[in-house]
Amino acid sequence: MKKLNFKSSLDNWLTYAGVIIAFVVLQLLASAGGMSSALKGQLVPVCAYIVMALSLNLTVGVLGELSLGHAGFMSVGAFSGAVTAAALASAVPSAGLRLMIAMIVGAVFAALAGVLIGVPVLRLNGDYLAIVTLAFGEIIKSIVTNLYIGVDANGLHISFLKNTLQMEGGKMIMNGPMGVPANTKIATFLAGFILIMITLVIIFNLVKSRSGRAIMALRDNRIAAESVGINVTKYKLMAFVISAALAGAAGSLFGLSQNTIVATKFDFNTSILVLVFVVLGGLGRMWGSIIAAAALTILPELLREFSEYRMLIYAIVLILVMLATNNPTIKGFFAKIFKRKGAEE
Amino acid sequence: MLTFLNHFINGISLGSIYAIIALGYTMVYGIAKMLNFAHGDVIMVGAYVCFFAVSTYNLPPIVGVLLAIVICTLLGVIIEGLAYKPLRQATSLAVLITAIGVSYFLQNAAQLLWTSNPKIFPNMFGGASIKLFGGELIIPVGTLVTIAACIVIMIGLTLFTNMTKMGKAMRACSEDKGAAQLMGINVNRTISVTFAIGAALAAIAGVLLCSAYPSLVPTTGSMPGIKAFTAAVFGGIGSIPGALLGGILLGIIEIFAGAYISTQLSNAIVFLVLILVLLIKPTGLLGKQIREKV
Repeated sequence: MKKLNFKSSLDNWLTYAGVIIAFVVLQLLASAGGMSSALKGQLVPVCAYIVMALSLNLTVGVLGELSLGHAGFMSVGAFSGAVTAAALASAVPSAGLRLMIAMIVGAVFAALAGVLIGVPVLRLNGDYLAIVTLAFGEIIKSIVTNLYIGVDANGLHISFLKNTLQMEGGKMIMNGPMGVPANTKIATFLAGFILIMITLVIIFNLVKSRSGRAIMALRDNRIAAESVGINVTKYKLMAFVISAALAGAAGSLFGLSQNTIVATKFDFNTSILVLVFVVLGGLGRMWGSIIAAAALTILPELLREFSEYRMLIYAIVLILVMLATNNPTIKGFFAKIFKRKGAEE
Repeated sequence: MLTFLNHFINGISLGSIYAIIALGYTMVYGIAKMLNFAHGDVIMVGAYVCFFAVSTYNLPPIVGVLLAIVICTLLGVIIEGLAYKPLRQATSLAVLITAIGVSYFLQNAAQLLWTSNPKIFPNMFGGASIKLFGGELIIPVGTLVTIAACIVIMIGLTLFTNMTKMGKAMRACSEDKGAAQLMGINVNRTISVTFAIGAALAAIAGVLLCSAYPSLVPTTGSMPGIKAFTAAVFGGIGSIPGALLGGILLGIIEIFAGAYISTQLSNAIVFLVLILVLLIKPTGLLGKQIREKV
């Protein structure tokens, strides 16, 4: 038992170290000019997707519930963050501080959405839970598409379905189906890095804590866990809400790295994309999620020279990887190698 | 009153399309226990095949439909054999991701082959319509054909699963694969046949869908696919009458929500109703409640 703990905390430290090294190397590379501008533009979105993958891994890998609507929380975070940043543009002149406030607001709103969705949804199981999270993702998309928010000297104005805002001067922040047309890009790579580190600290500490063990016990055998007195709703909701809040912060970061954001960006396909990161990286393996999210966000960018074939190649790679990782012969082969390595140590 | 009736008929027609797609989902789920996310894209392929047969090669519509059915059935069997069969023993998440990969593949292949410019689907049923109440209620023939097709398919499938040997094998496999195999049922072949039937239904649904909403693009199938999937869950996934009931109810709710509440929010209302139903009846309207044994 002690050995196991040691191994998992070694894994955690290696993950922290890997992220720090990657950040330093990329930062040096970017400032030395060894990176194309297209790739540079991808740095912040990659950070956001890594945090998305980590937070979804908490729901799918640690809690063991399939969520197909994770992009909904990202959407809530992105839009509440963008509105906050725009509304505070004159009150908080420092871009860094504004970004921080925006991410916190995004996380809080997404956490509220998480509670609202989690309380009814977590009563369901398996595929039914998956379909309801999908439905919630679509509902959030519909609602956000019909929101109109503007700001003037009197504060925020909000209207739903129709643009009935009566403002004296001021400016529109969210314009219904057009989303946030004029965003200020204040997200930085440093902020993305810090968010990843915070996410890792939260998730690793949660998993190691008493609550984390309760959550994993629920995943492994709900009935057995319940019978030893673990409060199912409480712990499920805890994991789900933390996951939602992290996704919200990631959404804020992502939103503030784009010139325009529209609600349709955060649809079912985005939820699925993040799920692909999590499954390819390995359920419950945080470093796997980080690598998969980074690699698969960059991959379409690297395949740009194949231009129109790139998404086709992406699809084929995805299918082949799934087939290869689940092939008993290949699995057995790797198991043998790792076993031998383990024996030599 | 007449507008109400009109919306009601439109709702049933849209619901019939959802029901036909949902049948494909529910049969595959019942037997292979997997969410076949590529199902919506098979619909799109079927619609394209029919489009080219009818508009480019000037074949009669019925030939176009048959061609679409044949090609989609082949496609379904090929997808199942190449992508899903090797994963029979894998976790359900692995199969889900593979299905998503197949869905991406079909969409992007369609985009390369046929570009993303919308194709205007030909009207398969001519412009004919039936006029009732002195011409105040106009029902296009396409709407009636859609509803009729749904009823015929429903009856056919029920007879097939209840009367034929293959149908019995399917029900046996969905109950217990191990026991079915011991009784001499070829489980792998049964699953392949199920996929073939699902894909054939998808082809029919694709033609009907594009006759009602004529703009055809490579992503045509994805939203109806998701909605039909929710319809299958709504009615109780794995149940054939449930898919019909769920599909029709979903269609009616969608049309009425769009007509009487708000067009922009009709999708949100559909999904909200789904959530409420699942909270009250967690296994769907006609789903079987399975007791958990410890």
